Amino acid sequence: METQVAVSRQRPQRRLGDVVFSGAALAAGILILVSLAAVTIFLIAQSLPAFSADPSDVSKDGRGFWSYVVPLVFGTVWAAALALLFALPLSIGIALFISHYAPRRLALTLGYVIDLLAAVPSVVFGLWGITVLAPAMQPIYSSVVESLSWIPLFAGPVSGTGRTVLTVAIVLAVMILPIITALSREVFLQTPRLHEEAALALGATRWEMIKMAVLPFGRPGIISATMLGLGRALGETMAVAMVLSPSVIISFALMTSQNPTTIAANIALNFPEASGVGVNVLIATGLILFLITLLVNSLARFIINRRKEFSGAN
Amino acid sequence: MNITRTSRIAGFAAIIAVSSLTLSACAANEGGTSEPTSTLAGSLVGAGASSQGSAQEAWIAAFQTSNPGVTITYDPSGSGAGRETFIAGGSDFAGTDSYLNDDELAGTFAACAAGTTPFEVPAYISPIAVIFNVDGVSELNLDASTIAKIFNGSITNWNDAAIVALNPDATLPDLAITPVHRSDDSGTTKNFSDYLFQNADADWVIEKPSDTFPFESGEGAKGTSGVVDAVTNGVGTIGYADASKAGALSIAKLKVGDEFVAFTPEAAAAVVAGSKPVDGRSATDMAVKLNRKTTNPAEYPLVLVSYLVGCNEYAKAGVAENVKAYIGYILSPEGQAEAAAQAGSAPLAAMMAEEALAIVNAIK
Repeated sequence: METQVAVSRQRPQRRLGDVVFSGAALAAGILILVSLAAVTIFLIAQSLPAFSADPSDVSKDGRGFWSYVVPLVFGTVWAAALALLFALPLSIGIALFISHYAPRRLALTLGYVIDLLAAVPSVVFGLWGITVLAPAMQPIYSSVVESLSWIPLFAGPVSGTGRTVLTVAIVLAVMILPIITALSREVFLQTPRLHEEAALALGATRWEMIKMAVLPFGRPGIISATMLGLGRALGETMAVAMVLSPSVIISFALMTSQNPTTIAANIALNFPEASGVGVNVLIATGLILFLITLLVNSLARFIINRRKEFSGAN
Repeated sequence: MNITRTSRIAGFAAIIAVSSLTLSACAANEGGTSEPTSTLAGSLVGAGASSQGSAQEAWIAAFQTSNPGVTITYDPSGSGAGRETFIAGGSDFAGTDSYLNDDELAGTFAACAAGTTPFEVPAYISPIAVIFNVDGVSELNLDASTIAKIFNGSITNWNDAAIVALNPDATLPDLAITPVHRSDDSGTTKNFSDYLFQNADADWVIEKPSDTFPFESGEGAKGTSGVVDAVTNGVGTIGYADASKAGALSIAKLKVGDEFVAFTPEAAAAVVAGSKPVDGRSATDMAVKLNRKTTNPAEYPLVLVSYLVGCNEYAKAGVAENVKAYIGYILSPEGQAEAAAQAGSAPLAAMMAEEALAIVNAIK
C-alpha cells in the first residue's frame, strides 16, 4: 500500500493515453454493473403485481404463482442437469484427446470444428431436433418403454413424436458441448510441463499422468466451463420451445408426451399472446430463472475457491 | 504496422458500407411497375391478431404498390394486445380474433372522435383442419364428441369402438393416438375449443374456451408449423391447424347434421354468413355469434374469424381517408382473393363483404 502511494507520487505526470484508457476501462466496468442493475430492477418491478395478484388470474388451476412456478423450476433444472450429464464426460474426453492424445494437425482441425459448433444458432439446433432427432429417436423410445417401463424413468405411455425431455436434453448437450470442450482444452494445455514430466519420469502411464497432473490442475477450469455450459442450458429458449412437448408438471419420465417445460421456453411460448397480469407472471418466472443462475454461479465460485489450495496450481 | 492496421479496418468498413447500400437498393426496387394514380398520403398503424398477420402482409404489399404515398404497418402482437393498443389510441386500427366485449365497448376509444363508437367488420376467415397421420388411413370421419374424447385423452387407440363406428369402411390399426395441440397461446386453440365446447360439452368439460389448450393431455407443439411438423413426423398423430398449412397431411371430415363435411373455403365462409349477429350491437358492428352447432351440410363449423376494428369517426384529421381506402381494399373481392392466395384464407361471402364495405365507406 505504502509503496504504491510512493510510486504514484514519484510520477505526477500522466500521459493522455493512460487517462483515456483508464477512463474507458472504468466506464466499461461501471456499464456492466449498471446494465445488470437495470435488468434486476426491471424484473423486480414488473414481477411485483404477480405476487400480489388474485390466484385465479395467475394460472388456470387457480392455485397461485408458486404452484405455477415450481414445476417450471423443476423442468429447467431437470433438462439442464440431463444435458450436463451427457455433455460433461464427452467434453472432457474430447478436450483431453485434443490436448494430450491427438497428433498436432488433427488436434488443430478438431478444435476448429468444435468451435464451429458453438457458432450454430439455437434455432438451427431446434429445427434439427424437431425434424431429424425426434423422429429418429421415436422408435428407440418405443422399444425402451416396451421392455423397461418398470423403471420410473422409462415409464409409458411413449410419445408418438419423440419430442420428449430426453430429446431436448440431447439437443442441449450438443449445444453446450463446444463451450465446455473449448474451455477445458485451454485449461488442460496450461498444465505445467514440469508436473507432467515429473509424473512420466516416475513411471506413470499417460492416463496416470493425466489423472495425477492434468485433471487436478484443471479442476477449477472444468468447473468454470461446466457452469458456463449449465448457464446456457438453463437459459436456452428457442431450441427447447421448438422441440419439447411441454406441460406444467413435475415428472421424471423421460419418454412420454407430457414433459416438464423450462422457464425460458414457457416465457417464449406464452408471452406473445399474454396480457394484463399474465405478463407480470411470466416476468416473475424470469426473475426466478435469474435467481437460479445467480445461485448456480455463486455455487461454482464457492467450489472453485474452496478447492484452490488443492488444485495443484502452484 | 499502425498504418496497415488502420487501412485494413477502413477497407473492412468500406466493404460493409458498400454491401449494405447494395442490399437496401435491392429492397427499394421491389415495388413492381404499375403506374400509381393514388393521391393518398400518410401512415397507418395497426396491431393485433397474429392469425391475420400473413394476410396483412399480403394486403399491405398490394395496397402500398398502388398507393405509394401511404405507409402501413401491422404489428401481429396478439388480439388482446391489439385491442388494448387501439383503445389507448396507440394504433389506427386493430385486428382481433374475438370481438370487442361489452366492457371495452362501454369505455372510450382514444383514437376516435369524442362520443363516437368503433366499427367492427369481419376481414379474415380461416378454416381449421383436423389433420392426422396414420399409416394406411387416408380418410377419416369424426364427430365433435369423438374429437373431444381424443384430445382430452379418454380415447387412446385408433381402433377404439367410437372411431370404428364412424368409419366402418376404414381399416384402423391397433395404434396409440398421440394428439398434438398448440403449446403457445393461440386463437386457433380458442376456436377449436369453442367448437368442441358447443357441440360436445359432456366430453369437453371446461368453463369457457380460451387461447390456452385446456387439458394436460397429449402433446404440445409451438405454432401452426410446429403442430404440422409434429403430426407429419410422428406415429399415430392427430392435430388441428389452419387448413392452409395442412400441406400433404390427411384431413378428417367433420360430422355436420347427418353428413360428414370436408372443409372448403365456401363452406367456411357459409357458416360465418349464416351465423346470427351478436345481440345489442350498433349498426356498424358486425360481430357474429358463430353458429358452430349448424346442421346444414353446406357449412363447415370449425373456423376462425378475425375482425378489423377502427373508428367510425377519427379524432385526427387525415386518418379516415387512409383507413377507408385500406380496409375497403381488404374487404373488396381483390383483397379477399389476395389473402386467399397468399395466406390460404376463405374469402368472405359476397353479401357479408358488401355490408362491411358499406360500413367502412361511411367512415369520417
